[in-house]
Amino acid sequence: MSAPAPAIVVDRLRINVRGTTRDIVDDISFEIAPGEVLGLVGESGSGKTTVGLALLGHARRGVQIAGGSVRLGDVNVLALNEGELAHLRGRLISYVPQDPAAALNPALRIGTQLREILEAHNFGANAEARRERVYEMMREVALPDNNAYLSRYPHELSGGQQQRVGLAIAFACRPRVIVLDEPTTGLDVTTQAHVLGTVRDLATAHGVAALYVSHDLAVVGTLATRVAVMYSGRIVELGPVLDLFQAAAHPYTQRLIFAIPHLTGGRELVGIGGRAPSPGRRPPGCAFAPRCAYAQERCTVSVPELRPIAVGHQVRCVRAEEVRSQTLRRGTDGARGDRTLGAPILVLSDVTAGYRRRTVVHDINIELARQECLALVGESGSGKTTLARSVAGLHSQRGGQITLNGAPLAMSARNRTREHRRMIQYVFQNPYGSLNPRRTIGHIIRQPLEIFGRLQGDAADKKVAEMLDRVALTAAYAERFPDQLSGGERQRVAIARALVCEPSVLVCDEVTSALDVSVQAAIVELLASLQRDLGLSMLFVTHNLPLVRSIAQRVAVMSEGRIVELGSVEQILESPVNPYTRRLLSDTPSLEVALSAATSS
Amino acid sequence: MSVVNPLVSNEPPLIQSKRPTGVILGALGLGRTRIGLGLVLIIAAIAIFGPLIAPHGPADFIGLPNTGPSGAARFGTDHLGQDVWSRFLDGGREILLLASAATLLGLAIGTSLGLLAAYSKGALDDVLMRSMDVILAFPSIMLALVAIATLGASGWLIILAVGLTNVPRVARVTRAAAQPIVERDFVAAAEAIGVPRWRILFGEILPNVLSPLMVEASLRLTYSIGLIAGLAFLGFTPNPNGADWGLMIQENQIALVVQPWGVVLPIIAVALLTMGTGMVGDGIARAAAGIDRVRAE
Repeated sequence: MSAPAPAIVVDRLRINVRGTTRDIVDDISFEIAPGEVLGLVGESGSGKTTVGLALLGHARRGVQIAGGSVRLGDVNVLALNEGELAHLRGRLISYVPQDPAAALNPALRIGTQLREILEAHNFGANAEARRERVYEMMREVALPDNNAYLSRYPHELSGGQQQRVGLAIAFACRPRVIVLDEPTTGLDVTTQAHVLGTVRDLATAHGVAALYVSHDLAVVGTLATRVAVMYSGRIVELGPVLDLFQAAAHPYTQRLIFAIPHLTGGRELVGIGGRAPSPGRRPPGCAFAPRCAYAQERCTVSVPELRPIAVGHQVRCVRAEEVRSQTLRRGTDGARGDRTLGAPILVLSDVTAGYRRRTVVHDINIELARQECLALVGESGSGKTTLARSVAGLHSQRGGQITLNGAPLAMSARNRTREHRRMIQYVFQNPYGSLNPRRTIGHIIRQPLEIFGRLQGDAADKKVAEMLDRVALTAAYAERFPDQLSGGERQRVAIARALVCEPSVLVCDEVTSALDVSVQAAIVELLASLQRDLGLSMLFVTHNLPLVRSIAQRVAVMSEGRIVELGSVEQILESPVNPYTRRLLSDTPSLEVALSAATSS
Repeated sequence: MSVVNPLVSNEPPLIQSKRPTGVILGALGLGRTRIGLGLVLIIAAIAIFGPLIAPHGPADFIGLPNTGPSGAARFGTDHLGQDVWSRFLDGGREILLLASAATLLGLAIGTSLGLLAAYSKGALDDVLMRSMDVILAFPSIMLALVAIATLGASGWLIILAVGLTNVPRVARVTRAAAQPIVERDFVAAAEAIGVPRWRILFGEILPNVLSPLMVEASLRLTYSIGLIAGLAFLGFTPNPNGADWGLMIQENQIALVVQPWGVVLPIIAVALLTMGTGMVGDGIARAAAGIDRVRAE
């Protein structure tokens, strides 16, 4: 990695809240060699996107670049004026945003948009050369290179194709550096695997230095050669992928890796307690100290310097050696003990569901046993959420029969008996939408108690406090409004609301997909313990296959509205029979696969 | 098939709708709201406490008709020789009362219909909103006039007629604001546990549309004041012999050149009142939309 001169060098970059001395990111230094992919990993609010944009000399509204330098060859990007930056962007350094649908102009054909960038930078000798370059770009990102395809509008393309067009635009002028800001977050695993492959091929083939910003360690592990981990505006660890994942030397990185669900080897997830300080409000000393198991008094006094711990591996922790040896020692625990399944509580027979004339769920026959957690796995559009909503009575266009304890359930919740409504509870995917922003947390959790006539007055207040405690929040939360809570806390409140009436069946619809990895791990941890302690039966809907191992006993894989494979977790994850399940498994980015690939190469 | 969950992101939504209390506090921080509120309070004080300080009774004849200001009559006398100042002080109460009642009526019915339409979707939504469109298609003053001219000008009928002309606009605004709210999961969560329909409408959805409703309320009040003053000017007032700002303008317009005060005073009062409510509404709208946020900070 040391042979060629780095394509881009970032040195002591500091970005402040505009007009103040409060920093959002500070002391960011790294370099990327041509053809290398550096992963920049961090959870929401860690400042990773802010750093990515600063590489293009851009500061979002409300922040300003306060110090340091970004050197692109011999040019300091931060010293350029707007005109010079415009000339630079797209030509020497380019950017791929998270949401391709928002980045492409919906009113222009994609061919026009591709030509536009070439014309803006006078790429190619004449119109003919530019047209050739457009075809070439389309081939490079594995899209059809004919005029019919180029004259399509962005909405005529799928999400993956849109993101490929975004990549084509970014790579069009053969830049030296490219910043990719979570470009695959919105995509299915299969599409994501293809797009990631394209990014890697393009970067190596043309010697482009890439900064890949992501919250997903597994994705970064499959793609990057080196990884920088950010926490609360600072890089806490920077090193080669293999070294970093196998011998993480910063406590935060270590916890982050423990929070990632594994495809193989049953291991319970461990979340990170507490909450990341918001940028600009971090405590003196190490920002992770309040949540750190290794923290000592000196950690709260001054910020540790980034120091080398192995070749090319730097870390910002005073006890890095201990942490590193700890990570190395940790093996995988034994697999989850199999539980014998009880009698079925929920039985779905020949269930179909659809929207108007379109049927999206076909002939589903599954049973959910008492105290069992059944995971329903599938990609978007597989009908898994529609099925889950039918169970909860939120989707009323369905056929077939669903019985609870032998009694058939009415289609819509409104027509079900009060007891049936109480016994099946639903936790929604997005905690930002499932809590009424105008109601206090206390009111939200109390409501089911009143509706089901269980408790009133002081007894209800006591129950609310007890439930908040149960989901690892405190009674003080009852006074707050949802917008004062983080995403993870909101999802805990949603779980408390579902559990307050002691249901028998809990339907969880993608409950972690809107959350950060460490928060996701904590929520899964909570759900698994609640299921054990309360003897709940659970239908756990997810698109995240590795997550399944940490919570479920059986897995049903759904594709195009049908269940293609149903079996125990071990059976599905380790020896899948159905080709669709196999493809899903092989396309899922995972740390183990990334590590074994890195070891063998 | 490949875009997963476009609704879900790791970040909270950028545009957080504000709590109504926050909007009111924000609006009070704006100059225009303060001036508007001041105007409304002054005119309201005149209308409410005016009769207590009036030097004469509103129907007392104190001199010759249409005389200019003098010691006995500060702003002169009207076309019948009654004291203009006393009648002015006495004439605001009714217009204020009728306008407020009509606005409240319009808000209550309009909000209910708008929420119901947004929540039910489908056929009921169509029927409700199309009938609102039919009412909107007629000039509202015509509707009010037809009703009052046929049935006679009683206070209740004026409130009802003006209130009903407010309904379609309130219903439209409420429906538009409630439509995205209805789609959110907390409404589904309430349905799943069987919260009664009316409690979903007024307990879950209504609190989320209060900000636009506050703006609409002040607009409707402004409009109702104008409409009721207009009706009084045309002679439709519950008490045709009493003092009323609209009526005063009509009675005294003949002598405008000789004795302008009988016309000018009520005109100023109605103008300041509608300007005031308008400015308050504008302030609330700005605070709700966050337009003046940067300047206020």
